[in-house]
Amino acid sequence: MGQRTPLYDQHLALGAKMVDFGGWDMPLHYGSQVEEHHQVRRDCGVFDVSHMTVVDVRGADAKTYLQRLLANDVDRLGQVGKALYTAMLNERGGVVDDLIVYLAEEGYRLVVNASTRDKDLAWMQAQAEGFTVEVTERPELAMLAVQGPHARARTAELVSQARAALIHELKPFNGRAAGDWFIGRTGYTGEDGLEIILPAEQAPDFLSELVGAGIPPIGLGARDTLRLEAGLNLYGQDMTEDVSPLQANMGWTVAWQPVERDFIGRSALEAQKAQSDLPKLVGLVLEERGVLRAHQIVRVNGMGEGEITSGSFSPTLGKAIALARVPAGTADRAEVEIRGKWYPVRVVQPTFVRHGKVLV
Amino acid sequence: MSDIPSDLRYAASHEWARLEADGSVSVGISDHAQEALGDVVYVELPEIGQQLTAGQQAGVVESVKAASDIYAPISGEVVSINEQLTDSPENVNSEPYGSWFFRIQPSDASQLEKLLDAEGYKASCDAEA
Repeated sequence: MGQRTPLYDQHLALGAKMVDFGGWDMPLHYGSQVEEHHQVRRDCGVFDVSHMTVVDVRGADAKTYLQRLLANDVDRLGQVGKALYTAMLNERGGVVDDLIVYLAEEGYRLVVNASTRDKDLAWMQAQAEGFTVEVTERPELAMLAVQGPHARARTAELVSQARAALIHELKPFNGRAAGDWFIGRTGYTGEDGLEIILPAEQAPDFLSELVGAGIPPIGLGARDTLRLEAGLNLYGQDMTEDVSPLQANMGWTVAWQPVERDFIGRSALEAQKAQSDLPKLVGLVLEERGVLRAHQIVRVNGMGEGEITSGSFSPTLGKAIALARVPAGTADRAEVEIRGKWYPVRVVQPTFVRHGKVLV
Repeated sequence: MSDIPSDLRYAASHEWARLEADGSVSVGISDHAQEALGDVVYVELPEIGQQLTAGQQAGVVESVKAASDIYAPISGEVVSINEQLTDSPENVNSEPYGSWFFRIQPSDASQLEKLLDAEGYKASCDAEA
Protein backbone atom coordinates (compact mmCIF):
# COMPACT_ATOMS: atom_id res chain seq x y z
CA MET A 1 0.00 0.00 0.00
CA GLY A 2 1.43 3.36 -1.03
CA GLN A 3 0.89 6.76 0.52
CA ARG A 4 -2.59 8.17 0.13
CA THR A 5 -3.76 11.74 -0.34
CA PRO A 6 -6.84 13.05 1.56
CA LEU A 7 -8.83 12.45 -1.64
CA TYR A 8 -8.11 8.71 -1.90
CA ASP A 9 -11.59 7.49 -0.94
CA GLN A 10 -13.20 9.94 -3.34
CA HIS A 11 -11.06 8.71 -6.21
CA LEU A 12 -12.34 5.20 -5.58
CA ALA A 13 -15.93 6.44 -5.29
CA LEU A 14 -15.49 8.26 -8.63
CA GLY A 15 -14.42 5.02 -10.29
CA ALA A 16 -10.71 5.69 -10.55
CA LYS A 17 -8.28 3.04 -11.69
CA MET A 18 -5.50 3.49 -9.13
CA VAL A 19 -1.79 3.05 -9.79
CA ASP A 20 1.45 3.54 -7.91
CA PHE A 21 3.19 6.82 -8.66
CA GLY A 22 6.45 7.38 -6.79
CA GLY A 23 5.13 5.52 -3.76
CA TRP A 24 1.67 7.12 -3.85
CA ASP A 25 -1.64 5.43 -4.77
CA MET A 26 -2.99 7.82 -7.40
CA PRO A 27 -5.78 7.78 -9.98
CA LEU A 28 -4.53 6.85 -13.46
CA HIS A 29 -7.91 7.62 -14.98
CA TYR A 30 -11.63 7.52 -14.18
CA GLY A 31 -12.68 5.73 -17.36
CA SER A 32 -10.72 7.11 -20.30
CA GLN A 33 -7.50 9.11 -20.13
CA VAL A 34 -7.95 10.27 -23.72
CA GLU A 35 -11.41 11.64 -22.92
CA GLU A 36 -10.09 13.35 -19.77
CA HIS A 37 -7.30 14.96 -21.83
CA HIS A 38 -9.84 16.41 -24.28
CA GLN A 39 -11.97 17.71 -21.40
CA VAL A 40 -9.07 19.80 -20.09
CA ARG A 41 -8.20 21.28 -23.48
CA ARG A 42 -11.83 22.06 -24.33
CA ASP A 43 -13.31 23.05 -20.97
CA CYS A 44 -11.66 22.22 -17.62
CA GLY A 45 -10.94 19.43 -15.19
CA VAL A 46 -9.61 18.94 -11.67
CA PHE A 47 -6.48 17.02 -10.67
CA ASP A 48 -5.48 15.80 -7.21
CA VAL A 49 -1.84 16.87 -6.93
CA SER A 50 -1.63 16.56 -3.14
CA HIS A 51 1.27 14.14 -3.51
CA MET A 52 3.50 17.07 -4.47
CA THR A 53 5.72 18.61 -1.82
CA VAL A 54 5.16 22.13 -0.47
CA VAL A 55 8.17 23.68 1.26
CA ASP A 56 8.25 27.10 2.91
CA VAL A 57 11.58 28.91 3.22
CA ARG A 58 11.77 31.73 5.78
CA GLY A 59 14.35 33.66 7.73
CA ALA A 60 16.76 36.55 7.38
CA ASP A 61 18.85 34.72 4.77
CA ALA A 62 15.96 33.16 2.83
CA LYS A 63 16.75 35.15 -0.30
CA THR A 64 20.52 34.66 -0.33
CA TYR A 65 20.02 30.95 0.46
CA LEU A 66 17.73 30.48 -2.53
CA GLN A 67 20.05 32.49 -4.73
CA ARG A 68 22.71 29.90 -3.94
CA LEU A 69 20.40 26.89 -4.12
CA LEU A 70 18.54 27.59 -7.37
CA ALA A 71 19.78 28.07 -10.94
CA ASN A 72 17.17 30.76 -11.61
CA ASP A 73 17.43 33.95 -9.55
CA VAL A 74 14.73 34.74 -6.99
CA ASP A 75 15.85 38.37 -7.17
CA ARG A 76 13.75 38.43 -10.35
CA LEU A 77 10.65 38.11 -8.18
CA GLY A 78 10.01 41.83 -7.77
CA GLN A 79 6.66 41.64 -6.02
CA VAL A 80 4.85 39.36 -3.60
CA GLY A 81 2.92 36.86 -5.67
CA LYS A 82 5.41 36.44 -8.51
CA ALA A 83 6.70 32.96 -9.25
CA LEU A 84 9.40 31.41 -11.36
CA TYR A 85 10.28 27.96 -12.67
CA THR A 86 13.77 26.71 -11.94
CA ALA A 87 16.11 23.78 -11.63
CA MET A 88 17.94 22.96 -8.43
CA LEU A 89 21.41 21.69 -9.40
CA ASN A 90 24.15 19.60 -7.87
CA GLU A 91 27.84 20.53 -8.10
CA ARG A 92 28.17 18.72 -11.42
CA GLY A 93 25.43 20.89 -12.91
CA GLY A 94 23.00 17.97 -12.94
CA VAL A 95 19.35 18.52 -12.03
CA VAL A 96 18.37 17.48 -8.50
CA ASP A 97 14.77 18.58 -9.20
CA ASP A 98 12.70 21.15 -11.04
CA LEU A 99 10.29 23.32 -9.08
CA ILE A 100 8.25 26.49 -8.87
CA VAL A 101 9.08 29.14 -6.27
CA TYR A 102 6.68 31.95 -5.25
CA LEU A 103 7.61 35.14 -3.40
CA ALA A 104 5.25 34.97 -0.40
CA GLU A 105 4.19 37.57 2.14
CA GLU A 106 6.82 36.09 4.39
CA GLY A 107 9.71 34.27 2.77
CA TYR A 108 9.16 31.93 -0.21
CA ARG A 109 7.00 28.94 -1.05
CA LEU A 110 8.46 26.13 -3.16
CA VAL A 111 6.54 23.31 -4.78
CA VAL A 112 8.75 20.33 -5.62
CA ASN A 113 8.06 16.89 -7.07
CA ALA A 114 6.46 14.03 -5.18
CA SER A 115 8.96 11.37 -6.19
CA THR A 116 11.96 13.46 -5.08
CA ARG A 117 10.57 14.59 -1.72
CA ASP A 118 13.04 12.91 0.62
CA LYS A 119 16.03 13.66 -1.57
CA ASP A 120 15.06 17.31 -2.02
CA LEU A 121 14.42 17.96 1.65
CA ALA A 122 17.72 16.36 2.67
CA TRP A 123 19.56 18.38 0.02
CA MET A 124 17.85 21.64 0.98
CA GLN A 125 18.59 21.11 4.68
CA ALA A 126 22.23 20.28 3.97
CA GLN A 127 22.64 23.40 1.81
CA ALA A 128 21.07 25.58 4.52
CA GLU A 129 24.21 25.20 6.64
CA GLY A 130 25.60 28.66 7.33
CA PHE A 131 22.40 30.47 6.40
CA THR A 132 19.88 31.83 8.89
CA VAL A 133 16.94 30.09 7.32
CA GLU A 134 14.16 27.60 8.14
CA VAL A 135 13.21 25.09 5.49
CA THR A 136 9.83 23.70 6.49
CA GLU A 137 7.86 21.05 4.67
CA ARG A 138 4.07 21.52 4.82
CA PRO A 139 2.70 17.97 4.72
CA GLU A 140 -0.59 19.11 6.27
CA LEU A 141 -1.50 20.88 3.02
CA ALA A 142 -3.28 19.29 0.05
CA MET A 143 -3.29 20.59 -3.51
CA LEU A 144 -5.90 20.58 -6.28
CA ALA A 145 -5.25 21.84 -9.80
CA VAL A 146 -8.15 23.08 -11.92
CA GLN A 147 -6.94 23.43 -15.48
CA GLY A 148 -8.45 24.42 -18.82
CA PRO A 149 -9.74 27.52 -20.62
CA HIS A 150 -12.77 27.74 -18.26
CA ALA A 151 -10.97 26.70 -15.09
CA ARG A 152 -10.65 30.07 -13.43
CA ALA A 153 -14.19 31.21 -14.19
CA ARG A 154 -15.73 27.92 -13.04
CA THR A 155 -13.65 27.83 -9.83
CA ALA A 156 -14.40 31.46 -8.98
CA GLU A 157 -18.12 30.60 -8.99
CA LEU A 158 -17.59 28.10 -6.19
CA VAL A 159 -15.41 29.96 -3.69
CA SER A 160 -15.79 32.91 -1.30
CA GLN A 161 -16.02 36.43 -2.71
CA ALA A 162 -12.52 37.27 -1.49
CA ARG A 163 -11.05 34.19 -3.17
CA ALA A 164 -13.05 34.81 -6.33
CA ALA A 165 -11.66 38.35 -6.47
CA LEU A 166 -8.13 37.01 -6.10
CA ILE A 167 -8.73 34.47 -8.86
CA HIS A 168 -9.88 37.19 -11.24
CA GLU A 169 -6.92 39.42 -10.36
CA LEU A 170 -4.12 36.87 -10.53
CA LYS A 171 -1.76 37.29 -13.44
CA PRO A 172 -0.21 34.22 -15.08
CA PHE A 173 2.58 32.66 -13.00
CA ASN A 174 1.57 34.46 -9.84
CA GLY A 175 0.26 33.02 -6.60
CA ARG A 176 -1.04 34.50 -3.37
CA ALA A 177 -2.61 33.52 -0.08
CA ALA A 178 -6.32 34.02 0.54
CA GLY A 179 -7.13 33.06 4.11
CA ASP A 180 -5.64 29.63 4.71
CA TRP A 181 -5.60 28.82 0.99
CA PHE A 182 -2.83 29.66 -1.46
CA ILE A 183 -3.97 30.11 -5.04
CA GLY A 184 -1.52 30.08 -7.96
CA ARG A 185 -2.24 30.79 -11.60
CA THR A 186 0.12 28.02 -12.65
CA GLY A 187 -0.18 24.50 -14.01
CA TYR A 188 1.28 21.57 -15.83
CA THR A 189 -1.03 21.33 -18.83
CA GLY A 190 -0.27 24.24 -21.17
CA GLU A 191 -3.74 25.64 -20.45
CA ASP A 192 -4.79 28.50 -18.18
CA GLY A 193 -5.80 27.40 -14.70
CA LEU A 194 -5.15 27.32 -10.99
CA GLU A 195 -3.20 25.29 -8.48
CA ILE A 196 -4.84 25.59 -5.08
CA ILE A 197 -2.94 24.68 -1.92
CA LEU A 198 -5.28 24.22 1.05
CA PRO A 199 -5.45 22.52 4.46
CA ALA A 200 -5.84 18.78 3.92
CA GLU A 201 -9.06 18.57 5.90
CA GLN A 202 -10.77 21.04 3.55
CA ALA A 203 -9.73 19.25 0.36
CA PRO A 204 -12.40 16.51 0.25
CA ASP A 205 -15.30 18.96 0.50
CA PHE A 206 -13.77 21.28 -2.07
CA LEU A 207 -13.20 18.42 -4.52
CA SER A 208 -16.84 17.37 -4.01
CA GLU A 209 -17.99 20.88 -4.82
CA LEU A 210 -15.90 21.05 -7.98
CA VAL A 211 -17.03 17.64 -9.19
CA GLY A 212 -20.60 18.36 -8.11
CA ALA A 213 -20.53 21.50 -10.26
CA GLY A 214 -19.69 19.33 -13.25
CA ILE A 215 -15.92 19.77 -13.33
CA PRO A 216 -14.64 16.27 -14.18
CA PRO A 217 -11.84 14.63 -12.20
CA ILE A 218 -8.71 14.01 -14.31
CA GLY A 219 -6.12 11.30 -13.70
CA LEU A 220 -2.35 11.04 -14.07
CA GLY A 221 -2.62 9.44 -17.50
CA ALA A 222 -4.11 12.60 -18.97
CA ARG A 223 -1.78 14.72 -16.83
CA ASP A 224 1.14 13.11 -18.62
CA THR A 225 -0.21 13.53 -22.16
CA LEU A 226 -1.23 17.13 -21.43
CA ARG A 227 2.19 18.13 -20.09
CA LEU A 228 3.96 16.33 -22.95
CA GLU A 229 1.92 18.23 -25.55
CA ALA A 230 2.81 21.44 -23.69
CA GLY A 231 6.50 20.55 -23.80
CA LEU A 232 6.81 20.47 -20.01
CA ASN A 233 9.54 18.24 -18.62
CA LEU A 234 8.96 15.34 -16.25
CA TYR A 235 11.75 14.89 -13.71
CA GLY A 236 13.19 11.43 -13.73
CA GLN A 237 12.52 11.02 -17.45
CA ASP A 238 13.44 14.20 -19.34
CA MET A 239 16.14 15.10 -16.86
CA THR A 240 17.92 13.44 -13.97
CA GLU A 241 20.86 14.17 -11.71
CA ASP A 242 23.16 13.26 -14.59
CA VAL A 243 21.59 15.68 -17.05
CA SER A 244 22.18 19.41 -17.06
CA PRO A 245 19.45 21.98 -17.77
CA LEU A 246 21.32 22.83 -20.98
CA GLN A 247 20.54 19.34 -22.29
CA ALA A 248 16.95 19.38 -21.13
CA ASN A 249 15.54 22.43 -22.89
CA MET A 250 15.91 24.36 -19.61
CA GLY A 251 18.74 26.75 -20.57
CA TRP A 252 16.23 29.60 -20.44
CA THR A 253 15.63 28.94 -16.72
CA VAL A 254 19.27 29.58 -15.78
CA ALA A 255 19.97 33.17 -14.68
CA TRP A 256 23.58 33.82 -15.63
CA GLN A 257 23.44 37.48 -14.57
CA PRO A 258 24.69 38.79 -12.20
CA VAL A 259 27.99 36.92 -12.75
CA GLU A 260 28.80 37.21 -9.04
CA ARG A 261 25.83 34.99 -8.13
CA ASP A 262 27.59 31.69 -7.49
CA PHE A 263 24.67 29.26 -7.51
CA ILE A 264 25.41 25.56 -6.93
CA GLY A 265 26.49 24.01 -10.23
CA ARG A 266 27.38 27.32 -11.88
CA SER A 267 30.97 26.51 -12.75
CA ALA A 268 30.07 23.08 -14.13
CA LEU A 269 27.38 24.69 -16.26
CA GLU A 270 29.76 27.39 -17.54
CA ALA A 271 32.22 24.72 -18.63
CA GLN A 272 29.39 22.98 -20.48
CA LYS A 273 28.15 26.17 -22.10
CA ALA A 274 31.59 26.49 -23.69
CA GLN A 275 31.07 23.17 -25.48
CA SER A 276 29.20 23.44 -28.73
CA ASP A 277 28.35 19.77 -29.09
CA LEU A 278 26.05 19.16 -26.13
CA PRO A 279 23.08 16.93 -26.88
CA LYS A 280 19.79 18.82 -26.95
CA LEU A 281 16.21 18.02 -26.09
CA VAL A 282 13.87 18.23 -29.08
CA GLY A 283 10.31 17.31 -29.98
CA LEU A 284 9.44 14.43 -32.31
CA VAL A 285 6.22 13.82 -34.25
CA LEU A 286 5.42 10.43 -35.79
CA GLU A 287 3.27 11.04 -38.86
CA GLU A 288 2.31 7.38 -39.25
CA ARG A 289 0.38 5.05 -37.01
CA GLY A 290 2.22 3.93 -33.88
CA VAL A 291 3.21 5.21 -30.46
CA LEU A 292 6.52 6.76 -29.45
CA ARG A 293 7.69 5.65 -26.02
CA ALA A 294 10.51 6.44 -23.57
CA HIS A 295 13.85 4.75 -24.28
CA GLN A 296 13.21 4.12 -27.99
CA ILE A 297 16.40 4.81 -29.95
CA VAL A 298 16.57 7.82 -32.28
CA ARG A 299 18.91 7.72 -35.26
CA VAL A 300 20.01 10.92 -36.99
CA ASN A 301 21.56 10.64 -40.45
CA GLY A 302 25.28 11.38 -40.27
CA MET A 303 25.12 12.43 -36.63
CA GLY A 304 24.72 9.40 -34.47
CA GLU A 305 22.02 8.33 -32.05
CA GLY A 306 19.86 9.68 -29.29
CA GLU A 307 17.00 8.46 -27.15
CA ILE A 308 13.38 9.31 -26.45
CA THR A 309 12.99 10.54 -22.87
CA SER A 310 9.18 10.83 -22.87
CA GLY A 311 6.73 9.64 -25.50
CA SER A 312 3.03 9.03 -25.90
CA PHE A 313 0.01 9.29 -28.12
CA SER A 314 -1.12 12.93 -28.35
CA PRO A 315 -4.91 13.15 -28.25
CA THR A 316 -4.91 16.75 -29.54
CA LEU A 317 -2.69 15.98 -32.56
CA GLY A 318 -4.10 12.48 -33.09
CA LYS A 319 -0.60 11.11 -33.49
CA ALA A 320 2.39 10.12 -31.39
CA ILE A 321 4.79 12.74 -30.02
CA ALA A 322 7.91 12.59 -27.92
CA LEU A 323 10.71 14.52 -26.27
CA ALA A 324 14.12 13.15 -27.18
CA ARG A 325 17.73 13.91 -26.37
CA VAL A 326 19.61 13.93 -29.69
CA PRO A 327 22.97 15.05 -31.14
CA ALA A 328 23.50 18.79 -31.16
CA GLY A 329 23.44 19.16 -34.95
CA THR A 330 20.15 17.32 -35.50
CA ALA A 331 18.02 19.13 -38.07
CA ASP A 332 14.40 18.40 -38.95
CA ARG A 333 14.34 14.65 -39.63
CA ALA A 334 15.29 11.51 -37.74
CA GLU A 335 14.24 7.86 -37.36
CA VAL A 336 12.96 6.00 -34.34
CA GLU A 337 13.21 2.27 -33.68
CA ILE A 338 9.83 0.86 -32.67
CA ARG A 339 9.65 -2.88 -32.00
CA GLY A 340 12.53 -3.67 -34.31
CA LYS A 341 11.58 -1.43 -37.26
CA TRP A 342 12.73 2.13 -38.09
CA TYR A 343 10.13 4.84 -38.66
CA PRO A 344 10.75 8.40 -39.91
CA VAL A 345 9.86 11.24 -37.54
CA ARG A 346 9.77 15.02 -37.85
CA VAL A 347 12.04 16.88 -35.44
CA VAL A 348 10.30 19.95 -34.06
CA GLN A 349 10.48 22.47 -31.23
CA PRO A 350 9.70 20.73 -27.93
CA THR A 351 6.29 22.40 -27.51
CA PHE A 352 3.45 20.87 -29.50
CA VAL A 353 0.29 22.58 -28.22
CA ARG A 354 -0.33 25.88 -26.43
CA HIS A 355 -3.75 27.06 -25.23
CA GLY A 356 -5.41 24.39 -27.30
CA LYS A 357 -3.61 25.32 -30.54
CA VAL A 358 -1.33 22.91 -32.36
CA LEU A 359 2.05 24.58 -32.99
CA VAL A 360 3.91 21.94 -34.97
CA MET B 1 -15.26 -7.40 -12.39
CA SER B 2 -14.77 -7.95 -16.08
CA ASP B 3 -17.51 -9.12 -18.36
CA ILE B 4 -17.11 -12.67 -19.79
CA PRO B 5 -20.09 -13.63 -22.03
CA SER B 6 -20.91 -17.31 -21.72
CA ASP B 7 -21.67 -17.84 -25.40
CA LEU B 8 -18.09 -17.16 -26.50
CA ARG B 9 -14.84 -19.12 -26.43
CA TYR B 10 -11.56 -17.69 -25.18
CA ALA B 11 -7.81 -18.09 -25.45
CA ALA B 12 -5.60 -17.67 -22.39
CA SER B 13 -3.98 -14.81 -24.33
CA HIS B 14 -7.27 -12.88 -23.96
CA GLU B 15 -8.79 -13.21 -27.42
CA TRP B 16 -12.46 -14.21 -27.72
CA ALA B 17 -13.84 -16.31 -30.58
CA ARG B 18 -17.42 -16.47 -31.86
CA LEU B 19 -18.78 -18.94 -34.40
CA GLU B 20 -20.86 -17.07 -36.99
CA ALA B 21 -23.83 -18.40 -38.94
CA ASP B 22 -21.72 -18.79 -42.10
CA GLY B 23 -19.15 -20.99 -40.31
CA SER B 24 -16.51 -18.29 -40.02
CA VAL B 25 -15.14 -17.36 -36.59
CA SER B 26 -14.94 -13.73 -35.41
CA VAL B 27 -12.03 -12.79 -33.15
CA GLY B 28 -11.63 -9.87 -30.75
CA ILE B 29 -10.15 -9.12 -27.35
CA SER B 30 -11.87 -9.52 -23.99
CA ASP B 31 -13.13 -6.93 -21.54
CA HIS B 32 -10.32 -7.95 -19.18
CA ALA B 33 -7.79 -7.23 -21.93
CA GLN B 34 -9.18 -3.83 -22.94
CA GLU B 35 -9.34 -2.77 -19.31
CA ALA B 36 -5.71 -3.73 -18.72
CA LEU B 37 -4.57 -1.97 -21.91
CA GLY B 38 -6.27 1.38 -21.30
CA ASP B 39 -7.32 3.63 -24.19
CA VAL B 40 -6.68 1.88 -27.51
CA VAL B 41 -5.28 4.24 -30.12
CA TYR B 42 -4.28 1.97 -33.03
CA VAL B 43 -5.07 -1.53 -34.23
CA GLU B 44 -3.08 -3.48 -36.80
CA LEU B 45 -5.12 -6.10 -38.60
CA PRO B 46 -3.98 -9.14 -40.60
CA GLU B 47 -4.41 -9.27 -44.37
CA ILE B 48 -7.36 -10.91 -46.09
CA GLY B 49 -6.20 -14.23 -47.43
CA GLN B 50 -3.53 -14.68 -44.78
CA GLN B 51 -3.21 -18.24 -43.51
CA LEU B 52 -2.95 -18.36 -39.73
CA THR B 53 -1.98 -21.16 -37.36
CA ALA B 54 -3.47 -21.29 -33.87
CA GLY B 55 -1.22 -19.28 -31.56
CA GLN B 56 0.36 -17.30 -34.39
CA GLN B 57 0.60 -13.51 -34.11
CA ALA B 58 -2.24 -12.06 -36.16
CA GLY B 59 -2.27 -8.36 -35.35
CA VAL B 60 -1.41 -5.69 -32.82
CA VAL B 61 -3.49 -3.58 -30.48
CA GLU B 62 -1.68 -0.44 -29.35
CA SER B 63 -2.87 1.52 -26.36
CA VAL B 64 -1.58 4.59 -24.55
CA LYS B 65 0.09 2.14 -22.18
CA ALA B 66 1.66 -0.50 -24.44
CA ALA B 67 1.53 -2.40 -27.72
CA SER B 68 0.15 -5.91 -27.41
CA ASP B 69 0.17 -8.73 -29.95
CA ILE B 70 -3.08 -10.46 -30.87
CA TYR B 71 -2.87 -14.20 -31.56
CA ALA B 72 -5.06 -16.33 -33.78
CA PRO B 73 -7.06 -18.57 -31.42
CA ILE B 74 -7.60 -21.19 -34.15
CA SER B 75 -6.06 -22.02 -37.52
CA GLY B 76 -7.56 -20.94 -40.83
CA GLU B 77 -7.69 -18.29 -43.53
CA VAL B 78 -8.50 -14.66 -42.82
CA VAL B 79 -11.68 -13.94 -44.79
CA SER B 80 -12.62 -10.55 -43.43
CA ILE B 81 -11.10 -7.67 -41.42
CA ASN B 82 -12.91 -4.91 -39.54
CA GLU B 83 -11.64 -1.67 -41.06
CA GLN B 84 -14.03 0.34 -38.92
CA LEU B 85 -11.72 -0.44 -36.01
CA THR B 86 -8.88 1.29 -37.82
CA ASP B 87 -10.94 4.49 -37.82
CA SER B 88 -12.43 4.09 -34.36
CA PRO B 89 -10.00 2.11 -32.20
CA GLU B 90 -11.71 3.41 -29.06
CA ASN B 91 -14.57 0.98 -29.78
CA VAL B 92 -12.31 -1.79 -28.53
CA ASN B 93 -12.59 -0.20 -25.09
CA SER B 94 -16.29 0.70 -25.15
CA GLU B 95 -17.55 -2.51 -26.83
CA PRO B 96 -14.91 -5.24 -26.59
CA TYR B 97 -17.32 -8.02 -27.64
CA GLY B 98 -18.92 -5.96 -30.40
CA SER B 99 -15.51 -5.08 -31.87
CA TRP B 100 -14.30 -7.98 -33.95
CA PHE B 101 -10.80 -7.58 -35.45
CA PHE B 102 -10.91 -10.28 -38.13
CA ARG B 103 -12.82 -13.39 -39.20
CA ILE B 104 -11.20 -16.77 -39.89
CA GLN B 105 -12.57 -19.61 -41.98
CA PRO B 106 -11.46 -22.46 -39.69
CA SER B 107 -9.38 -25.26 -41.19
CA ASP B 108 -10.33 -27.50 -38.28
CA ALA B 109 -13.69 -26.74 -36.63
CA SER B 110 -12.86 -28.89 -33.58
CA GLN B 111 -10.22 -26.35 -32.51
CA LEU B 112 -13.00 -24.03 -31.38
CA GLU B 113 -14.18 -26.57 -28.81
CA LYS B 114 -10.68 -26.84 -27.39
CA LEU B 115 -10.66 -23.15 -26.47
CA LEU B 116 -11.60 -22.09 -22.94
CA ASP B 117 -15.24 -21.56 -22.07
CA ALA B 118 -16.30 -18.57 -19.95
CA GLU B 119 -15.59 -20.35 -16.67
CA GLY B 120 -12.24 -21.60 -17.88
CA TYR B 121 -11.25 -18.14 -19.07
CA LYS B 122 -12.26 -16.57 -15.77
CA ALA B 123 -10.13 -19.13 -13.92
CA SER B 124 -7.26 -18.36 -16.26
CA CYS B 125 -7.53 -14.61 -15.54
CA ASP B 126 -7.73 -15.23 -11.79
CA ALA B 127 -4.63 -17.39 -11.92
CA GLU B 128 -2.76 -14.64 -13.77
CA ALA B 129 -3.49 -12.02 -11.11
